[in-house]
Amino acid sequence: MTRYIIRRILQGIPLVFLVSLVLFIMMQNMGDPLATMGGRSVTRKEDRARLSRQLGLDQPVLVQYFYWLVGNDFVKIDIDGDGTPETYGTRKGVLRGDFGTSLVAREPAMEVILSRLPNTLILMLTSEFVVIFGALLIGVYSALKQYSLLDNIVTTFSFVGYSMPIFFLALSLMYIFAVNFKRWGLPYLPTVGMYDPQVGDTPAQVLIHMVLPVVTIAVNSFSAYSRYIRSTMLEALGQDYIRTARAKGLPKREIVFIHALKNASLPIVTIVGLDLPFLLGGALVTERIFAWPGMGRLFIDHVSRGDTPVVMGIMVLIAISVVVFQILTDIVYAWLDPRIRYS
Amino acid sequence: MTQPPPPIASLNLDELATPPLSLAKMAWLRFRRHKMALVGMVILAFLVLYCIGGALIYSEKYANFNETSIHLQPPSLAHPFGTDTIGRDILARTIYGGQISLMIGLTAVLLELTIGIVVGALSGYFGGWLDNLLMRFTEAILIIPQIFLLLVMAKFFAGDIPDISFLGREFSGSVVVIVVIIGLTSWPYLARIVRAEFLSIKENEFILAARAIGTPTSEIIFLHILPNSIAPIVVSATLGIANAITLEAYISFLGLGVRPPTATWGNMLEGAYNYIESAYWMWLFPGLLILLIVLAINFIGDGLRDALDPRSRTV
Amino acid sequence: METHKLIEVKDLETQFHTPEGIVYAVNGISFFVHEGETLAVVGESGCGKSVTMLSFLRLIPTPPGEIVSGQALYREKDLLRISEDEMEHIRGKEIAMIFQDPMTSLNPVLTIGRQITEPLHTHLGLNKAEARDRAIKLLLDVGIPDAARRLNDYPHQFSGGMRQRVMIAMALACAPSLLIADEPTTALDVTIQAQIIELVAHIRQHMNMAVIWITHDLGVVAGMADRVMVMYAGFVVEEAHVEELYDNPRHPYTHALLSALPRVDRRRDSRLKSIPGAPPNLLVKPHGCPFAPRCEHTIERCGNENPPLQKVAPEHFAACWVDVRTGAPK
Repeated sequence: MTRYIIRRILQGIPLVFLVSLVLFIMMQNMGDPLATMGGRSVTRKEDRARLSRQLGLDQPVLVQYFYWLVGNDFVKIDIDGDGTPETYGTRKGVLRGDFGTSLVAREPAMEVILSRLPNTLILMLTSEFVVIFGALLIGVYSALKQYSLLDNIVTTFSFVGYSMPIFFLALSLMYIFAVNFKRWGLPYLPTVGMYDPQVGDTPAQVLIHMVLPVVTIAVNSFSAYSRYIRSTMLEALGQDYIRTARAKGLPKREIVFIHALKNASLPIVTIVGLDLPFLLGGALVTERIFAWPGMGRLFIDHVSRGDTPVVMGIMVLIAISVVVFQILTDIVYAWLDPRIRYS
Repeated sequence: MTQPPPPIASLNLDELATPPLSLAKMAWLRFRRHKMALVGMVILAFLVLYCIGGALIYSEKYANFNETSIHLQPPSLAHPFGTDTIGRDILARTIYGGQISLMIGLTAVLLELTIGIVVGALSGYFGGWLDNLLMRFTEAILIIPQIFLLLVMAKFFAGDIPDISFLGREFSGSVVVIVVIIGLTSWPYLARIVRAEFLSIKENEFILAARAIGTPTSEIIFLHILPNSIAPIVVSATLGIANAITLEAYISFLGLGVRPPTATWGNMLEGAYNYIESAYWMWLFPGLLILLIVLAINFIGDGLRDALDPRSRTV
Repeated sequence: METHKLIEVKDLETQFHTPEGIVYAVNGISFFVHEGETLAVVGESGCGKSVTMLSFLRLIPTPPGEIVSGQALYREKDLLRISEDEMEHIRGKEIAMIFQDPMTSLNPVLTIGRQITEPLHTHLGLNKAEARDRAIKLLLDVGIPDAARRLNDYPHQFSGGMRQRVMIAMALACAPSLLIADEPTTALDVTIQAQIIELVAHIRQHMNMAVIWITHDLGVVAGMADRVMVMYAGFVVEEAHVEELYDNPRHPYTHALLSALPRVDRRRDSRLKSIPGAPPNLLVKPHGCPFAPRCEHTIERCGNENPPLQKVAPEHFAACWVDVRTGAPK
């Protein structure tokens, strides 16, 4: 098992490098970083050239990638533009934890990202929690009562929920629970930000501001998972070993929750594990609409301004978390399914 | 000489209560019983009719015609879906936007199919280092959530793209960009499905037999294996259309998609959330149409999945 | 041997509602088993043997299955009328069942220790240590060496034959009075088959347990059964003591099954006889004798009336309009 994990990690590393290289090259065509950085102040030609040399933007893209990766504090760069490199660079490179300085915020990129990360995690983890427990409940119930009224309702609604574009759902929820509830004089939900600046950053404020974004992120996965659990549960319930368990005279709850659910939950582990980092995609649109100060919104804001250090930082973070979650999923799966032994 | 022995069991077609049906017929019978899939077909037919038939009533010029004096008007007889921020008729724009959205969905899936099938087939059929290389590449793409990739690529290709004219109509070149980037990022799942199919089918005896009589490799791949793996490809292509339409909408919604004046259901929503309170018609109609088409296609895809499932041979 | 009836099934009818129509799986069959007796139920696959047994244990999935009518009296209780709670106390405790495919009949993600001790906890209320001790003893009884250690193993770590032994140990856990064995050897190698048959025969004597042995192989039956019941298309077509049935089969179907058996006392060049045609389509309720289309003794009446099960000799019943010995109508 340990050897398997090590092999998986070794396989994952080149993938992250490959992806980061391709993305880095793409990021070079994202508009004028200097414009992003300096605004109007850097209009003089010589200033631009100096800044460009300082940032290493005058170098070929592969060299830039190399500096981004391992830093440039061991080579001299030519900042004054006289043709002879005289100053050592200051960057340490991603491999030493230095993701560069955000062109927009003029702060270390990783600090910018990490300051937003908790806000995204709180949304995602809450959604995932709601999704898994809700979907298990509904999925198992509709499998047990196949073709009942509730099962049919759930099946239909899960289709709608699964097909629902996130922005449309978000806008509809806002329209109903914020705009119209307010109009009708009902208690209404806030739609913007994490807290009301006049009240302050209190847990209660964050909680109430979270409701709509969490629902928005959760609906897609919730629909998909409950349908999936229903079908794996139905499949498990039709297996011979369930007949054996019934022939043994076991009580129904034991048959359902131990014999069937343990088998039915195996494929779900894989899906949840692999999906988890991808929930960020949903968070992207959601954070944008609800003005939630998370990583997704940071990404959109900075990708459109060509802020390579921040954008690359987010991508690398996601790529690593995808690889890590894939490996974790395999480990949990092997732990749950005695038939799997990695060698 | 003795008489030849009688057959061990004789079985003629009359004795079978139901004669064997062709696969396609059986699939259609099963599909027909899938009520949701039929509902999906009806919705889809309606939407296609809406986009094509609607164009006979409203001209494209009218859809792009702006008249700021009548901007942000709520639905009325003259403008059943209201007007947008610069006074364009939303109903007319949903008609032409729908055409573009549908076209983006279809062409992006064509691109996805081409890459996905080629990569999957090569990988699954030849195996070895080629498989290894292609699958690592596939994994590399899957490592970043698609929407992030799309945004970076959309920005990357977002330079000055000339308008293009096609079938006598002018389109923003960004339509092509969107199609290409969706196609380029959507194929990995399909490639994996095709690869898995190829891996299992190529072990069959009929493939061995074909190889033994010297059938050329390309013929084995395209005439023997591919037709046998068509079911999962059809299903994922169908669902792929819904996915492509949604993705276009996401990118356009986030402002990096198809540029006006060319309308799509997605870019009609761009910035609409600023009017959440004052002009619900700005986002309701295009949003509803996207939901309907995605729902319809997902229903059909689900029906196809059941109907084409080779494991169930009962009608 | 006691002659007390342990279970008596009367006029059992089970149907399945499928998209193609109603499948008439079991069409009003009656039979009984004495305490400690072994009844073999023989017939081709799909003739309703298993469905019959699953019906009175109420293990038929409903829907699509439906038990249309009938009674199943087990020690004065009608199993088809009692509550599901009561039924749970009978299944596994009084009547146990083992199935055809030991590969799929054990839960792959639970240790066999857990699977064997479950009924001990549920029915006998044993605590953890007691259940474990009993499970070890059971495994040793069915011939699994190193039982204590193997309790922590999972089904996939056992061979097919060993898994079937585990199934048997599980079925015997609460010392049931009736064991239903649904073709327990079909999925196994021939040498293992003999071992399993031997094992069940041995245990049965040891525990004075009644056994219903379902099989499609008349050859298996000879050595172990007391009585044999032959089924065709959801009907009982013949029933007799085992020697009587072998020596004096009175239904053309039984006759044909026996001629299809390879026998050492037959000439080497004689051909094994097969039964022409295919088993009947259970979607159509036959209005004559269901076997008539494949029968070599058919008379006009066979196509119009389904023969009832009639006494043809003491404790020997057959459902046929023709006397197979002469070929003449009765």
